Amino acid sequence: MRARAFAVVLGLVCSLAARAAERAPDPLHSPVWDAMVARHLDGQAVTFDDRVRVGVPESAEDPLAVPVDVDASALGRVDEIRLIADLNPIPLILAYRPGRAAPRIGLRFKVEQSTPVRAAVRTPDGVWHVGGAWLRASGGGCTAPSFGTGSGLWRDRLNEVSGALWPRDDGGQRLKLRVIHPMDTGLAGGIPAFYVETVKLADASGNELATLHPYEPVSENPVFTFDLPTRGAVTVTGRDLQGNPIAGRVAP
Amino acid sequence: MKNRHGLIALALGVSVVSTALVAGPDDYGLVPRAVAEGVWVVEGARESFSRENGGNIVNTGFVATDDGIVVIDTGPSRRYGEQLRAAAARVAPGKVARVFVTHAHPDHFLGDQAFGDVPILALPGTRAAIARAGEKLSANLYQLVGGWMLGTEVVTPAVDAVPGPVRIGGRDFRLLALSGHTSDDLAILDERTKTLFAGDLAFLDRTPTTPNADLPRWLDALDTLQRLDVRLIVPGHGPVVAAPRAIVQTRAYLRWLGDTLHSAAGRGMDMNEVMRLSPPPEFASLSVSREEFVRSVVHLYPRIEEESLRKASTGKP
Repeated sequence: MRARAFAVVLGLVCSLAARAAERAPDPLHSPVWDAMVARHLDGQAVTFDDRVRVGVPESAEDPLAVPVDVDASALGRVDEIRLIADLNPIPLILAYRPGRAAPRIGLRFKVEQSTPVRAAVRTPDGVWHVGGAWLRASGGGCTAPSFGTGSGLWRDRLNEVSGALWPRDDGGQRLKLRVIHPMDTGLAGGIPAFYVETVKLADASGNELATLHPYEPVSENPVFTFDLPTRGAVTVTGRDLQGNPIAGRVAP
Repeated sequence: MKNRHGLIALALGVSVVSTALVAGPDDYGLVPRAVAEGVWVVEGARESFSRENGGNIVNTGFVATDDGIVVIDTGPSRRYGEQLRAAAARVAPGKVARVFVTHAHPDHFLGDQAFGDVPILALPGTRAAIARAGEKLSANLYQLVGGWMLGTEVVTPAVDAVPGPVRIGGRDFRLLALSGHTSDDLAILDERTKTLFAGDLAFLDRTPTTPNADLPRWLDALDTLQRLDVRLIVPGHGPVVAAPRAIVQTRAYLRWLGDTLHSAAGRGMDMNEVMRLSPPPEFASLSVSREEFVRSVVHLYPRIEEESLRKASTGKP
């Protein structure tokens, strides 16, 4: 009985070791990359891929709002983009299913300490293509209460949507979207997690364009940049963690 | 609290290591340079804060009067303040009559401790800002420059600087309360030599910094300064120069920065796309231009971007 259990454990250890060996070494040398793959990429196949471009500044001038943009358009068709800051207390920043939109997104997020920032981009074959960069930060972004929580801003304007559209040379358009929301992480004393959970975009005919799932690290009153395939009004629907609806229509 | 201990331990570690490697690491090597009759300036490196420069990236100065010297800004640390006072005493022996702090940025007031026996003056808004945010600014600077900061504590200027003419030890000065680089910027004119201590309202050959900037107000302040009868300008960072070059260059940069950010927002650019823009040669040649431009995008773009968005209608299409 004991010998059998030992054999099972040994077998498990060997297979884990074999899988770790198969995986290419992390170019950013993160101490927790394997855990990120297991927790946030469903343990699926991963390849480091220069075609996934992640723009972050070298250091976080404002740990409450670090700008990041991802461009995976060199990969062709993309099912999902997940944005991960390995060493943040809450690593997963967002999951974006671009659908008919370009596999590009821009936003700002909160950072607690220096960390790799990665975009993992899943292609239809199920492989995660990963690109990223180190961000230097002195911290404090995730454990600070939101400003809106202190000022009461969000009591009056919670989930208010604003935005604008710009035509692009490729025949599509750029959408910038801002939602008034505290995006509390739950890590500041006495303030529970409270963030925008789902944002869906549809075109003027009601056809779905893209779906975004932000998580706790996205900055307060988030601004998102999307590149959409066609021009015209965009309908925004969604909700936050408490089920409060988000609704708006951004017209050219 | 835990963080604070970690920081001190880190600072100690760095100090020990650098002592072992370099002789006299805690010596800023401050050399006051006489720029006009009874006016000395101690010029800092045209760099960003680093463990190498210990935060000495700032210009401080002093002016001799019959009652002792008037010190303008105290530098980034206790050690800097003490060395500034010692260096000043070598060229202008006697007491210190007054200290003025031009604004609430850490490289300008964290040497206050060395002047604990002297009245330290600042604009009311500057005093309030140091009382409110001084500790945080000091902790940030510890992280950036390390052991140079040992023993530095925030001393909030205790006395209000009142705008207008003031006579100290028989020498006439004019105090100007302006804003734009921060919410409260003090500029000091020595009437005898027409030397203007512009604080950080003027930079020269070093890219201006904008963490608390209001560009339109800053441009107004520069107009006010340019209307003064001034011979020499001591910018907050960069070389001392005949008027009005530092003002003209700072104005040109701020106009370019504001125009660039507004035009980017008007075209729907994402913040990172803006950061990837390159300043034109005229400004790329200023020191730390890339670094400061990226920082300025972080400081200023979110608000400008917000102005480009309109409230969405809530109805269905």
